[in-house]
Amino acid sequence: MTRASGKPVSKPPLGLVIPGIIGLAFLVLPLAGLLIRAPWADLPGRLAQPGLLAALRLSLQTATLATALCLLFGVPLAWLLARTEFPGRRVVRALVTVPLVLPPVVGGVALLLVFGRRGLVGSWLDSAFGITLPFTTAGVVIAEAFVAMPFLVIAVEGALRGADARYEEAAATLGASRWITFTRVTLPLIGPGVGAGAVLCWARALGEFGATITFAGNFPGRTQTMPLAVYLALETDLQSAIVLSLILLTVSVAILAALRDKWLTAA
Amino acid sequence: MSQTSGSNTLDSRLVVDRGDFRLDIAVSVAQGQVVALLGPNGAGKTTALRALAGLQPLTAGHVHIGGQTHTSTPPHLRPVGVVFQDYLLFPHLSALDNVAFGPRRRGLSKPDARARASDWLERVGLSEFAHRKPRQLSGGQAQRVALARALAVAPTLLLLDEPLAALDARTRIDTRVELHRHLRDHPGATLLVTHDPLDAMMLADHLIVVEDGRIVQQGSAATITAQPRTDYVARLVGLNLYRGMGAEHAVTIAPGFAITTAEPVSGDAFVAFAPSSVSVHVDQPSGSPRNVWPAVVSGIHSHGDYLRLRLDGPIATSADVTPSAAAQLGLVPGKEVWIALKATETRAYPATFGE
Repeated sequence: MTRASGKPVSKPPLGLVIPGIIGLAFLVLPLAGLLIRAPWADLPGRLAQPGLLAALRLSLQTATLATALCLLFGVPLAWLLARTEFPGRRVVRALVTVPLVLPPVVGGVALLLVFGRRGLVGSWLDSAFGITLPFTTAGVVIAEAFVAMPFLVIAVEGALRGADARYEEAAATLGASRWITFTRVTLPLIGPGVGAGAVLCWARALGEFGATITFAGNFPGRTQTMPLAVYLALETDLQSAIVLSLILLTVSVAILAALRDKWLTAA
Repeated sequence: MSQTSGSNTLDSRLVVDRGDFRLDIAVSVAQGQVVALLGPNGAGKTTALRALAGLQPLTAGHVHIGGQTHTSTPPHLRPVGVVFQDYLLFPHLSALDNVAFGPRRRGLSKPDARARASDWLERVGLSEFAHRKPRQLSGGQAQRVALARALAVAPTLLLLDEPLAALDARTRIDTRVELHRHLRDHPGATLLVTHDPLDAMMLADHLIVVEDGRIVQQGSAATITAQPRTDYVARLVGLNLYRGMGAEHAVTIAPGFAITTAEPVSGDAFVAFAPSSVSVHVDQPSGSPRNVWPAVVSGIHSHGDYLRLRLDGPIATSADVTPSAAAQLGLVPGKEVWIALKATETRAYPATFGE
């Protein structure tokens, strides 16, 4: 806004203003509707529902675990993509982004085919370790991580490409191996990028629905996360669905506020 | 890393192909010697430095440092310290931790590494800035931290890439003098890369002039100044440089002979001016606060579109004149002339720092 100050301003054309305002209303009105129709009077009572708290706790736990999983494997993957040359790197990069555009339900089916009891990896996990992933809390984490990891990888890879690789050269001339350079120099340098990527990843995991319900099912207390609870509540109790949605909306807005300095000011 | 013969601390031949560009130079530096790689931008100086540090693979050639072969040693295992052009101090670490980074990586415990870092910061006069982050340091301070960081690993070979280029003129003079002192104290070999002839002449014992990936001339500053072998070298190192005693706006550089300078200096000082700023007259010029002295033409060399005169007198001086001016003035060896030099064309700066 301040950029325009001092310049003569001509009126923006109506052909852009009117669709623009409609677009804004389209984005904001549903949220307003949620707030307007919320049962504010008996909100405290509804928040105390035992099932709600269980779903919320499960959602926060699984989203956090999924984010941890994404960090553990996604940051090294981003490093490989940004800092090394290997044949087929561009193909790998494209593959990483597939879960971004893949319908989550399809992701859930794919996960079942691989990690299901008769799946490629799942049958081995079952026979060798007695581990079954589908329809368990661990399955929720897997489904969320699958859908959310590309957000993290893309954010971290961007941060790595933006970071000056010559700091890593300076570290090498001071006797640091590549591993030490990564942990002592690269990671601290890209810390803010990793943080932003992790928050984005966490938010995506928190809202995950399609892959979760397909791969992990909808068992209260075990695999029923908030989005699943909202969907279920909608069938029986509209008021409960609104309350659950409000909670998720609050969490989303809180994340946006936390990222404000990093992302919104860039606009 | 096998033992090799040879007395030089650094003995190398560096061949690097990059597209159309080929760097092919041999660089040797003796123990305690400071060698400057001097040349225009794009000559391959920084490529050479990166190759010595192991950051740029060689197409051919060899690198021997301290009697060991390091031709294909990865950078973190080379006995080398590097001061980068824009220093590359780690922004997330304090000055102290930046300097301690190298000693820590080379096996010192954390307290020992910090003690050594603290010692080095004291040597470069930055003890009170130990806990500042790089962004809180001035350009000159950052340069000194970068130097301390490179020296703290006790490198057999110290490499400096345009160590003063990022500094403003005033800071540059102070830092150059201080850098000179540290390079003298460094027991290993030093190779510095610069495009500034003054930096090269002041800091190095031996100059290697590189143009377009090849060595065009090498020798001491005096040799190269007296007998430049290419136009570029003539222009680049054709600098009149004297050392003397400064008092106010005059520096006495020969018995009874002083140069009036624009900047006041006192004590041991350098005066420098370019041959192009020296004007030559047949008759004694009059007026204005200038430096005027009689001289005798002792030599004339052609360099492209101008002539370089060697002039004897109270001091030996180089002057550049156009061929037409030389013809007009009848300049031939043995001709007696008057030299005039504006005080504003001189650069004067202390030869020692803080003494």
